[in-house]
This record gives sequence, structure tokens and C-alpha cells, in this order.
Amino acid sequence: MKLMKTGTAGTMESNDIMVTLEPKETGGVQIALSSSVMQQFGRQIEAVIRQTLTELGIAHASVDAVDKGALDCTVRARVRTAAYRAADQQNYDWGAM
Amino acid sequence: MFVPGNNPGMIKDAGIYGADSIMFDLEDSVAITEKDAARFLVFQALKTLHFGKKEIVVRINDLSSGLGIQDLEAIVRAGVHVVRLPKTDSAEDVVFCEKEIERIEKEAGIPLGTTGMMAAIESANGVLNAKEIAHASGRLIGIALGAEDYVTDLKTTRSDGVELLFARCMILNAARSAGIDALDTVYSDVNNEQGFIEEATLIKKLGFDGKSVINPRQIDPLHKVFMPSEKDLEKSRAIMAAIAEANAKGSGVASLNGKMIDKPVVIRAQRMLDLAEISPIVEGEEV
Repeated sequence: MKLMKTGTAGTMESNDIMVTLEPKETGGVQIALSSSVMQQFGRQIEAVIRQTLTELGIAHASVDAVDKGALDCTVRARVRTAAYRAADQQNYDWGAM
Repeated sequence: MFVPGNNPGMIKDAGIYGADSIMFDLEDSVAITEKDAARFLVFQALKTLHFGKKEIVVRINDLSSGLGIQDLEAIVRAGVHVVRLPKTDSAEDVVFCEKEIERIEKEAGIPLGTTGMMAAIESANGVLNAKEIAHASGRLIGIALGAEDYVTDLKTTRSDGVELLFARCMILNAARSAGIDALDTVYSDVNNEQGFIEEATLIKKLGFDGKSVINPRQIDPLHKVFMPSEKDLEKSRAIMAAIAEANAKGSGVASLNGKMIDKPVVIRAQRMLDLAEISPIVEGEEV
């Protein structure tokens, strides 16, 4: 998936995470994460973000994530939404998810 | 219980309140700009979270909007139990939705017929076509009234329930004709518990199988309305015992306290006991 522009998804509500993706040409995936549960789950959240981007075939991106206690499934959903928005793509491959 | 499809906190907690059925909503509670986000969220939640034995329903968007097909693509693959089709005006709406579900089940390798359907009737046309809608697909587990759009179509507003009587009776009789459930509309004023109980009592008297709720606070009062009383249960047990005794004696006629027990009495008694058996109150489960 090729990111074309900035894509954002999620809210600042409790149990949610706000994810902003920006396209990059090189440099891999850079994640700036802040979380209300950073000490306990920071590494896990970052791992889920990386894994989801890998599944989408995104090798280079800048990620800004503000977490308010989101479950892994919420993190995945918000990253996917932000990515599809950033790629300006509406052809969802639900079978591959 | 309706749960907004773009609210992770409500989705996470949806299973703890004792609702018999959880209905994630992709339609009215989701802003048009967030339809994609809600679809991804409900898709991931269905694939990840476990809600025990609860029935999981997703209300999709209107199929004619283009959004509804995308919703189906996601939630059927994620393993939803029942798809709630909004704004069902005719049997053709049900058949169209069924064909799309069937196509997706085939593509995804899901056994055909796995996904159930519920049709929400929300217009005068839908009410007048209720019987055809109820008989339109073997996947239908029930038909439901969506009152807010319906009263708007009728050019009235919701009041004491008299405006919904015709629709409720049509939907109920159509459901019974097809052998499926009849489900009542929501009661929107969550702070008026007495009004909610009165409406729930009315629809139970009519014969409805259940009612949609929009707040966990409405679940316990609704269960109490539908739960048979101890007096009813005692009578039902006595009827079933009298029938068993008559059968054991090889008698074709049973009586209780001097009154003959005929078939409808037995059916009602059995239904009462079945309802008590599945009730979370009787099981001692928190509701």
C-alpha cells in the first residue's frame, strides 16, 4: 500500500487511540507514541502498530499515536483506517485481514 | 442492546450488562465521515473479542447507499451471527441482501447459511409488506419495528404507543406466520424508566419476543417484564406434571383442579418454562 497523504483515525476518548500516518520515502517506520498506560503496554502498542503496517505492506511511514487505553483490536482498526485514508484507497481486501 | 459501532469503550464493555443480544451499529449512530472507521473497528472486535453465548448482531447501512455492501463484506467474513437490515420495504430487499451474504460466504469459504438475518421495518410500505418480508428468506430469525422512521413516514410522532399499534400488530402476525421472532423498537427516553416498563409490558402482552434497548439501564427492567412470575411457573409445572401423569396412565385427557388441559394450555406452559430456563435471573446470573 502506498501512502499518498496524511491519514488520521480514532479519537481522544477513553479506550481509543488517535493515529496519524504520514508518508515517507525512506527511513522505515518511525513511531511517536504517548499513552496513558505507557509503562505497562507501550511496547505492546508499538508492536501492534508495526505489525499492522507490515501486513499492509507499508515499509516507510511516520506514525503519531496518542493512546487512551485502547485494546489491541482497536489499535489495529485505527491503524488500518488511517492507512487506507492516507492511501486514498477504498478497495478493502477484507479476506486478507 | 444497540452499541455504537465507532465507540471502542462501549464495544469492549458490551458483553457485561446481561443483554441477550448485542447489536453493533454501523448505521445511525455513526457519522457519515466515520463509516470506514466504524466498519474496521467492528470487524476487528468481532474477530478478536469474545462475548460468550450472546447473539452478535450488526446493523448495517442501507444497501442502496453503497455503504451496506461494504459493511456486509466486512462483518460476514468476521463471523457475525445476524445481519440487521435497516429500512426493509419489501421482500426484494431481503432477497437482495441474502444473495450478497451468500456470495460473500462462498468467497470466504464460510458454510452457506451460517449468517442469519433480521429485517427492520421502518416505513408504511414495509409494514404493509410485513408478511412477504417475514417469509422472504430462511435466514431470517426475526423482523423488527424501527419506530422513529416509521412515525415520520406516517406524518406523526411517538406518543403513548397508539400510533404504533397497527405496525406492531402487522409485524407480530407476520412473524408468527413465518415462525420467526417479533422484536419491538427502542424506547428513547432512558431517564423515564416507568414509561419504558409500561411500553415493555404492552409489547409483551401483544406477544412480542423482545425489545431493543439503547442503554444498559433498560436491560434489567426489560428482563423483569418478560420473566414469568413464580405463580405462573408453579402453574406451568403443575400443568406439565398433570400431562405427564395422564400420559403415563395412557389417558388422552388431562385435567388440573377440575379444568381440562387442552393443547394451547400445554404449549403456553411449556413456553413459560422454556423462558424461565434461559432467563439470566433464574440462573442467578447478574443482569
